Parts: sequence; structure tokens; C-alpha cells
Amino acid sequence: MAPFEMVGARFLTIISAVGIFIFFLRESVQELFKKPIRVSEIIRQMEFIGNQSLVIIVMSAFSIGSVFGLQVGMVFKTFSAEGQMGIATATALTRELAPMMTAFLITGRAGSAITAEIATMKVNEQVEAMESMGVSPIHYLVIPRLIASFFMVPLLSGVFVFIGILGSFLVGTLVFNVDEGLYFYKITDQLVYKDITMGLEKSFLFSIVIALIACQFGLKATGGAKGVGQATTNSVITMLLMILLLDFVYTFFQIAI
Amino acid sequence: MIKFDNVYKSFGDNKVLDGLDVEVPEGEITFIVGKSGEGKSVTIKHIMGLLKPDKGKVIVEGEDITNFDKYQIREYRKKFGMLFQHAALFDSLTVEDNIRFPLREQLQMHESKMKIRVDEVLEQVGLEGSHKKYPSQLSTGEKKRVGLARALAPRPKVILYDEPTTGMDPLISEMIDELIVKVSKDFGSKLTSIVISHDLKAALATAENIVMLYQGKVKLEGPPSSFKKTKDPVIRQFFSGKVEGPMEFL
Repeated sequence: MAPFEMVGARFLTIISAVGIFIFFLRESVQELFKKPIRVSEIIRQMEFIGNQSLVIIVMSAFSIGSVFGLQVGMVFKTFSAEGQMGIATATALTRELAPMMTAFLITGRAGSAITAEIATMKVNEQVEAMESMGVSPIHYLVIPRLIASFFMVPLLSGVFVFIGILGSFLVGTLVFNVDEGLYFYKITDQLVYKDITMGLEKSFLFSIVIALIACQFGLKATGGAKGVGQATTNSVITMLLMILLLDFVYTFFQIAI
Repeated sequence: MIKFDNVYKSFGDNKVLDGLDVEVPEGEITFIVGKSGEGKSVTIKHIMGLLKPDKGKVIVEGEDITNFDKYQIREYRKKFGMLFQHAALFDSLTVEDNIRFPLREQLQMHESKMKIRVDEVLEQVGLEGSHKKYPSQLSTGEKKRVGLARALAPRPKVILYDEPTTGMDPLISEMIDELIVKVSKDFGSKLTSIVISHDLKAALATAENIVMLYQGKVKLEGPPSSFKKTKDPVIRQFFSGKVEGPMEFL
């Protein structure tokens, strides 16, 4: 195939994938407000996405917060401005690091598992069985996961911010001898409402992307075990790329315009 | 009850149904037979509304289902029970919850009534006391029986069997065939059974009506006796299982 043709074919594949995703999004929105509300399934998914991800979120947040504290502490030390560590960490975490890292971690832990679970159901005819009983797979499988992700991802992002600040606080006070009061005073004094809403909005956006892509790749899986593996890999890659792309676009519109 | 009126269906260049005209009689066991790729599964998917014909009508209880929107199709599917080739049980649910699934989703049945119905259908397929087992704890034959119990639980008008004995050992195949007949007798004329099968011995022994598909059309339709009597070389070859003959194998 000629290079021009290859580029064209790739472009068409991307356009078609975007079209299919938009169609899937539309169907999901239509099903979102349909009864019954599957409360027990939503709670089960919340437990899976939220509670079961808590340990990895706490560990990562503490590690990232501490390392971030060490790095910015070294820089601030040269200007004798270690007191700024608190606000620097809090701003970076709320606006960028927490929503992004939480989304990445949830993608790896819960997103991949959602795709694998639904893809296994698809290749074993369980999704078709559901359809044959007049039950919408989108209503039964996608909507509870979408709702659970929508509430859990921002919540975990909040936990990430809190633990990250704690990690940085320990580094600041123990390594750089920053005054405890000054550390938190700078945060409460300088962190603005927009820093928090920006991070929160990103988290909501990422939560939708994770749930929908994870479910969509699961539902379109074909073949046997290989198909499940392929769907999971493709889903994780797509989720990560979409998170990065949306993060840039959203930040660009928030800051540059 | 179910009628295909000049139905055409192609996938790319592959013409699967080429003007299919067939009528499935109500309250009987109908076997749809034919070699692989002749459109048996495509036919069943048209009945379920999982596929739409390129041309022609699929008429069920006097209504052309090809024009149904997705919500009408969902309602329409509640008339059917389906036993999938590999049972397609929900592996995260117990046997009991698998059977409760259509009762809750389709009929919004009360908890106490559901329990009675679950016991009833499990007894019907000879699996009393398996309520709390998971599909992974069941043998292949047991999975099929639970699949059948799940299909029967909402008391459908039509039950579709997708190659119920493919890959089974002769004993389990025999048991499934007996179960098809037993279920049909239990429900009497209220239940129409449609079986897709390669098992010709079972078709001749179990069916009340057989439809043979060949090149996208009906080659012969009638009771088993008409298949035993026919001199048609294609049908004779198919039923004798010989490679040599007018029928081409890919």
C-alpha cells in the first residue's frame, strides 16, 4: 500500500471509530434515563471502581506527593522560598496531577477489568443472551458502570489531592524544615476556587471517557480469548490517549482562551 | 405463526438467504437443517430480530417485525426463549439467579412467585437442588439444562434451540433430545419449538416438521416421513453424510 493510501486508510479508521463512539454515547444517554434504576448494580460497581482502587490511589498519591515535594523543595530552597512548597504542590495536584494520575490508575485497574469482563461476556454469547431476553446490554452493563465511574473517579481524585499534599507536607517539614502552619496557610490563602473546579471538571470528564471506552471495547469484542485480550489492550491504549488529549484540550481552553 | 416471505440476506458478496419462503407451524417441533453456511443461524437471528432482511418480510403472529424499532423489538423478544449453543449462562450469577434474570427483567415478577417458578423449571429439567451452584461448577449437560430452564422460566410462546447437541457426547445428546420432546409435551400446543441442528438422526426421531435449507432456499419442508421417502439426490446425500454427490462442500 502506498504511503498516501496508508495515511488515508488510517484517517478513515479513526473517523469511523469516532463515529461509532458518538453513536454509542448517544445510545448511552438515551438509556441513562430509562427505568429500572439498577441501584444494587450501581453500588457494586462503585465498590469495585472506588473502594477497591483506594489502596493503589493512596499509595501512588503519597509517593507522587512526596517526590513532587522533594523536587520543588530543592528548587525553592535555592531561592529560600521553601514556604511556597504547600501551595505549589496543592496547585499542581488539584489542577493537573490528581485528576490525570487518578484517571490513569483507574484506567489500568478498573477500566481494563471492565473491558475484559464485558468482552468475555460478549464472546461467550452472554450479551446476545441478554438481548434475546429483551434486555438492553447498554442499560444493564454500561449505565451502572458509567454512573459508578462518574461519582467515584472525582472522589478518588479528591483523595489523591489530600494524600499527595500530606506526602509533600511530610517532606517539607521533615526534610526542608518548613513551618507546619506556614505550609497550610499558603494553601488556604492562595489556592483559588478555579483550581478546584478545574480539577473536578477534568475528573468528571475522564470518568465518562473511562467508563464508555471500557464498555464499548468490551461490547464490540469478537473471537475467543485472543479477542478479549486484544479488546482490553486496545481499550486501555485508547483510554490513556483520550485522557491525554482531553486534558490538553480542556486545559488549553481554560488557560489560553 | 412465523412466516418468512421472500427473504433475502447477504453479507458482502456472500448471499445467505436467497428468497426464503417458509412457514413454521404453531405448537410443533420444527427442525431447521442444512449444511454449514446455509443460513440456519441467520434464519434464527431474523426470527429474534437480531438481523434485518435486505428484502422480504418476517411475519410473526400476523405482524411484519422487520419494521419494528429497537424498543418494539425488545418487547417482541419477550415472546421467545432461546437455548444457546454453549448455554450462555451468566457466569457471575448462580443457577437460581440466572433463571430469575428473565423473570425479573421481562415480567417484573414478585419474589415469592419467582422462587416457585425457579423450583418448577429446575424440576422440569431434572436439576432440583442446584440453585446455589455457579455455571463453572456444572457439567456441559447440566449447563444446557440450566440454559433450557432459564429459557422456559418466563413461559415463552416460542423456544429456539441453537444447535443444542453440537459437540455433545451421544448420551448427553440423547438426553437433550428427550428434554426437547418432554418440554414440548409439557407445554402442549402453547409452545412452538424451533431447533437448529446438524444432528439428522435427532431430527428424524424428534421433529414433527423438518425444513431443509439449501442455497438460501427451502429444499424440502415436511414431516420426517417425507425426508425418509424422498429421492432428491441433494437430500439423500445430506442425510447419508456422503462427501460425493451434487452437494458441494467448501
